[in-house]
Amino acid sequence: MPHYFHSVMLDRDKCKGCTNCIKHCPTEAIRVREGQAIIIEERCIDCGECIRICPNRAKLAITDPLEKLADYQYNIALPAPSLYAQFGPDVLPGNILSALLKIGFDEVYEVAVGAVAVSNHLRRYIEHRPRPQPVISSACPAVVRLMQVRFPGLLEHIAPIETPMEVSARLAREKARQEHGLADKAIGIFFITPCPAKVTAVKQPFGKRSYVDGAFSMSDIYGAILQRLSDAADDSRNSLSPALGVGWGKTGGENHAIKEHALLAVDGIHNVINVLEEIERGELADIDYVEAQACTGGCIGGPLTPQNLFVARVRMEKLLKKLADCRQPLPDFPSDPDYYRLPGPIPPRPTLQLSDDINQAITMLEEVEHITAQLPGLDCGSCGSPNCRALAEDIVRGYAENSYCVFKLRERLQLLASEIVDLAHKQPPAMGKHVK
Amino acid sequence: MEFSVQGMDFNRAGEAAAQIKKALQLVGMHVDTVRRAVIVAYEAELNIVIHARQGRLAAYIHPDRVEIEAVDEGPGIPDISQAMREGYSTAPDHIRKMGFGAGMGLPNIKKSASHMQLTSEVNVGTRLTAIINNQTSGD
Ligand code: SF4
Ligand code: SF4
Repeated sequence: MPHYFHSVMLDRDKCKGCTNCIKHCPTEAIRVREGQAIIIEERCIDCGECIRICPNRAKLAITDPLEKLADYQYNIALPAPSLYAQFGPDVLPGNILSALLKIGFDEVYEVAVGAVAVSNHLRRYIEHRPRPQPVISSACPAVVRLMQVRFPGLLEHIAPIETPMEVSARLAREKARQEHGLADKAIGIFFITPCPAKVTAVKQPFGKRSYVDGAFSMSDIYGAILQRLSDAADDSRNSLSPALGVGWGKTGGENHAIKEHALLAVDGIHNVINVLEEIERGELADIDYVEAQACTGGCIGGPLTPQNLFVARVRMEKLLKKLADCRQPLPDFPSDPDYYRLPGPIPPRPTLQLSDDINQAITMLEEVEHITAQLPGLDCGSCGSPNCRALAEDIVRGYAENSYCVFKLRERLQLLASEIVDLAHKQPPAMGKHVK
Repeated sequence: MEFSVQGMDFNRAGEAAAQIKKALQLVGMHVDTVRRAVIVAYEAELNIVIHARQGRLAAYIHPDRVEIEAVDEGPGIPDISQAMREGYSTAPDHIRKMGFGAGMGLPNIKKSASHMQLTSEVNVGTRLTAIINNQTSGD
């Protein structure tokens, strides 16, 4: 049994070992060995950067197959807000929800609705000016996992508040139980996901359980929705689609929903890293809340969204304007703060450590420094490690050898070659002038 | 580990601190030790960038502590006790407009470090040594 579930996997048949992915991984989790990429399980945060970058489409996200609907008596779809931005300008959330029902769901519960409940609660939480400042959003699981691996010192900044996905799933489940008298086991709740990170959040939640039973890839279900859109138009289901909640699907949406505080929004995993580094240095204490999303543009730029980010952004903006004008009354949300609490603190994932023994780790670190100084520093990636320093770490950890470096190999070959030439010029004493 | 730091090179400020952090994580220092050491290293690095012509930042890693040493060639500090006061700054206006030099650097280092020593000679340079004790499960 693997210790960590991962949605992001390698398709061994497609991987050519080209090393394109290794440099883009924010946690240096990929190596190429024997012509194939390997993902180091403990380090991978399922951000999906490698899916985007792989020219051979060899990185994929494992999501649930639609057949899983057969496992439950009553199925509820939880569309992520980003789903609404994937279609043409005339397609309204109501049309999409109707299409989902036609696909075979018995009910839909918009994550945008849960997002409003979370926003209300977040606003109250920030008002008490919790320490340490700034509070960091818990909504993007790739960012939270990035912090577990690379920024464990910042974990206590994370808002101890459940994600809109979890809150929506819980609300949907309670509603179904009440309205239809269903047993918990009979209800299947499926998130329509823009990313592998959310799949992992469902399969390996921080708490004991996730309220979500499975996740369907937005790209996979896209075609099925499209096919059913035309006839959905006339019996358009009434959607609640609160603009504030739908806005969570893009960068800045969370902040917009919270309002009236010093807020910062950052998107794109490498930009997120830069901002987290600033916080780590003790800066940004003047900011109340940091909305950080691993994907450029926010969830509408997720690796499993079918639409081009820039098109999705325009669609989202237009839709938000429309929705702002037609507000629907929302259900009453539970007011108990505990309802929204994360089940516990998020633990660090110390995977970088060279050894459990600190003395030995220091010796190993010195060796890493020493080897790094001797490597060419070109960070070419030909060795299968993301950069020269990472190769040095791998060598010290025993996962690689000096000769993996093509330059080191060449140096040694040159030495060897000149030795061979020297040897070739030497004549055994028994060989006289007359011997050819 | 040692890094040379150039005065006025704001683009690279923070690079040395980031490297030191990485090293401390590799060693497996306590989360809180890493946090404090990063703040000390960064503020020390920034002090060189803001005030000095050039300098050197070094980190020495021991199981029970991290020592950070910053040595620079620069104007020096005429009155150390004044410099240690929160909000006291000699950074020129244009640097403060960039959001740096709020006079929190040395006080922040003092707050985060377990021990700190500062010596300076006007028109020659400044030497700062700070020790951050590593919390072990024992304490
Ligand atoms: S999903 Fe992200 S963290 Fe995992 S291997 Fe790919 S790039 Fe690295
Ligand atoms: S930004 Fe959104 S889509 Fe991207 S990884 Fe985070 S939660 Fe998933």
